[in-house]
Amino acid sequence: MESQLVEKLSPKDFVTDQEVRWCPGCGDYSILKQVQTVMPELGLKREEIVFISGIGCSSRFPYYMETYGMHSIHGRATAIASGLKATRPELSVWVVTGDGDALSIGGNHLIHLLRRNFDVNVLMFNNEIYGLTKGQYSPTSPLGKVAKSTPMGSVDHPFNPLALCLGADSTFVARSMDRDPIHLREVLKRANAHKGTSMVEIYQNCNVFNDGAFEIYTEKGTKKLNTLFVEQGKPLLFGENGNKGIKLDGFKPIVVDLADASANDLWIHDEKDQVKANILVRFFNNASTENALPRPFGVFYQEDRFCYEKAFNLQVQEAIANKGVGDLDALIRGKNTWTI
Amino acid sequence: MATEIKTDVVILFAGDSGDGIQLTGSQFTNTAALYGNDISTFPNFPAEIRAPQGTIAGVSGFQLHFGSVEIFTAGDACDVLVVMNAAALKANLKQLKPGGIIIANTDGFDAKNLKLAKYPDGVNPLKDNSLEKYKVFEIDVTKITRTALEGSGLGTKEMDRSKNMFVLGYIYWMYNRSLENSIEFLKEQFKKRPELLDANIKVLKAGFNYGDTVETPMNRFEVKPAPVAKGTYRSIMGNQAVAMGLIAATQKANLTLFYGTYPITPASDILHELSKHKNFGVKTFQAEDEIAAITSAIGASFGGALGITASSGPGIALKGEAIGLALMLELPLVIVNIQRGGPSTGLPTKTEQADLMQAIYGRNGEAPVPVVSASTPSDCFEMAFEACRLAIEFMTPVFFLSDGYIANGSEPWKFPAAADLPELKVSFAKNNLKEGEKFLPYKRNEKLAREWAIPGTKGLEHRVGGIEKENETGNISYDPDNHELMVKIRQAKVDNIADHIPLQTIDNGNEKGKLLILGWGSTYGSIKTAVREARAAGHDVSHAHIKYMNPLPKNLGEMIKGFDKVLIPEINNGQLIKIIRDKYLVDAKGLNKIKGMPFTSGEIVEKIKEMLSTDH
Repeated sequence: MESQLVEKLSPKDFVTDQEVRWCPGCGDYSILKQVQTVMPELGLKREEIVFISGIGCSSRFPYYMETYGMHSIHGRATAIASGLKATRPELSVWVVTGDGDALSIGGNHLIHLLRRNFDVNVLMFNNEIYGLTKGQYSPTSPLGKVAKSTPMGSVDHPFNPLALCLGADSTFVARSMDRDPIHLREVLKRANAHKGTSMVEIYQNCNVFNDGAFEIYTEKGTKKLNTLFVEQGKPLLFGENGNKGIKLDGFKPIVVDLADASANDLWIHDEKDQVKANILVRFFNNASTENALPRPFGVFYQEDRFCYEKAFNLQVQEAIANKGVGDLDALIRGKNTWTI
Repeated sequence: MATEIKTDVVILFAGDSGDGIQLTGSQFTNTAALYGNDISTFPNFPAEIRAPQGTIAGVSGFQLHFGSVEIFTAGDACDVLVVMNAAALKANLKQLKPGGIIIANTDGFDAKNLKLAKYPDGVNPLKDNSLEKYKVFEIDVTKITRTALEGSGLGTKEMDRSKNMFVLGYIYWMYNRSLENSIEFLKEQFKKRPELLDANIKVLKAGFNYGDTVETPMNRFEVKPAPVAKGTYRSIMGNQAVAMGLIAATQKANLTLFYGTYPITPASDILHELSKHKNFGVKTFQAEDEIAAITSAIGASFGGALGITASSGPGIALKGEAIGLALMLELPLVIVNIQRGGPSTGLPTKTEQADLMQAIYGRNGEAPVPVVSASTPSDCFEMAFEACRLAIEFMTPVFFLSDGYIANGSEPWKFPAAADLPELKVSFAKNNLKEGEKFLPYKRNEKLAREWAIPGTKGLEHRVGGIEKENETGNISYDPDNHELMVKIRQAKVDNIADHIPLQTIDNGNEKGKLLILGWGSTYGSIKTAVREARAAGHDVSHAHIKYMNPLPKNLGEMIKGFDKVLIPEINNGQLIKIIRDKYLVDAKGLNKIKGMPFTSGEIVEKIKEMLSTDH
């Protein structure tokens, strides 16, 4: 086979001539940077990469990526990506979306993308607020959130996005954050490597309308106590010096102090275990509540399942194999004709 | 027993939706077509899939008009009414001409069925002389069918399912037709159920023989082949023709056909048809909703396939925002609307032409989209093909309008040879950029169409989106002058399509005169028949039928000026008329019917006479 030389690209090859217009200090800058950094390492041809977004601050993303791109309409990037991937399976398709775009107006398309398992990568920037429309609560805002549209506090119970995705039989579920570039880059690479829909939730700070929403997980003083970075085959450890762990009591996760418990009893992370993944994404209580579990980050679940576009195009090949390439005259003529 | 010669006959088959009425009707249609009659059909489905048996709501009808003369409609009224039960009679009797023939299955007129059809206690229309102005033939179809199948080993329920074959056989006898075509059909249908094949053939023959052996005072009829143009024909339904037109266009353009859709009456049959033809590279995607249906098609078009989506009015309403996106992206996309009665859910199984305004204007912002419409079932092929041509040639979403009447109606079609269809030239953008030169995705050719630069083309990486874009570069632009310029360019692009479509022709009549009937869509057959009749009676009336709704043909204004009066019949509350009055400042009059049913030609003839008899 002829070997294909992939042109050596650098991060700056993925930068466009467009001025980046997010607010200064926005978490989106870091995410853009990490994506541009990772791109050359993926072994992809630039012309075969497509970024598709919906509407929202995050959805400006494609304009800043020197690839093919589409800034579409609110909530529909996932559906557009489905049609593109169905007809062009060889392309590397990335969806950039936000919590409102993916979970509110685009909720339906998201769950169907996941069950079909198109091989696309979804980067969902979650900032728990509507930024572009200047500060209304979002479907991930915590209960009681005081925002422009909820002066007395939101009465909406928030989504647990990754639990929702697992409920839709997502084959790859991960979480990362804007403030941890190294971790984010690793997760992006894993997402790209996964064949199937890769769902990556990225905690992203909106410093204008929802500053500090995730600071307990992202800032030095509190991060270690409240975050749990999972790694395949390793025990679930967190805390100042990694001195705390999680063990399972039946299906109930419990925080233990390593001083009191044996390391052998700890939960060992297995991203192939759907039951455990379902428990892991349910580590979702507010950090300030008593006995709160730490918030997990990393790849929670990965499963190999056939991709929609593969089966979809296989049917076309099978039809051709069984019936031969379509004959237009035979089609138009049909079975019954008469001549006058 | 004598044989009477008829020039044309209208038969209406009616019964419970479970009685196999549609099958009976379409079988007779095919046989008559193969024989060489001209034909038009109109299936009339009940709204519910399984409405309560025996009730008026559950009546399914299939009207077919065949003749030794040219036929353009399914007929204003019927000569023969076949009713499987009392409800079918009650629902359709008004459709029968005085002196017409009723063939009634007496088993469907028992006390229970009479009650379900809401006849008053003790009243049986077959027994009370109320049908005296018709010729009534009572046959206990159920009983004879069961007798014919005695010893077949089939249960009563299974036996009763072939009742429709008895009726079909009997009608074949009446019109002296061969059973051969239907027997071939049954063989195909029951390949894997030989016992059912035998039963159906037996009952079909029993129906035919019944006519021969029973001494009914019934004439047999002969309807000779029609003197239609020489050539090879097939029978075609509108939705089938749409599917074929789309396949033909994508084959001619050498493009992948991606069909994103969500099930909806009366458009779903296009999906069913297309999904059978994957060996043409057709990719059908049943999306999760109407919005995903169109946006997936947009994604496919972005990738270099021809994205096509189809729906009916309510689904089209949901697609509105995405149509706007497609026109901003300037990507080819075909939007098929098989119109039905509206608004809202409206009358899903009934026909209407009330989405013309929705197609032309129904979006936010200044959002011009070309619109074409089909006039007859076979015309769906040509106009679906045209919709694809315009979409590709002008890089734009294009609407194709049909409706429930022609979608399910059928007619003989002198089909084209694939080689005679126009080639559709598609050339994806190539990278001819000089060193340091930037690709301009919104640079246009002489047709104002931009280039189709698809992912995978090195050096042409670019971004498109729904936000207003700067001329040529496609970058986001909020510049006021640029916005006005872009709105004008997008409008000019659609307006200029008028230079690339056929001029409007007069279908029948003179180029100038007293009255022009201007129609569009499925009213073609009714208007055609009415104008023929009026002209034969000496009236100065002409008929033009518009197929290009936006932009309108360049010469239409001039054509209209040649007439003293203009009449625009529509199956809506007046939509084309508003556009014509607006565009040409002409005092056109409307004739509107909003009953979920097509015009009868009689209704149009009457209006013609009225307009020609008054001076205002």
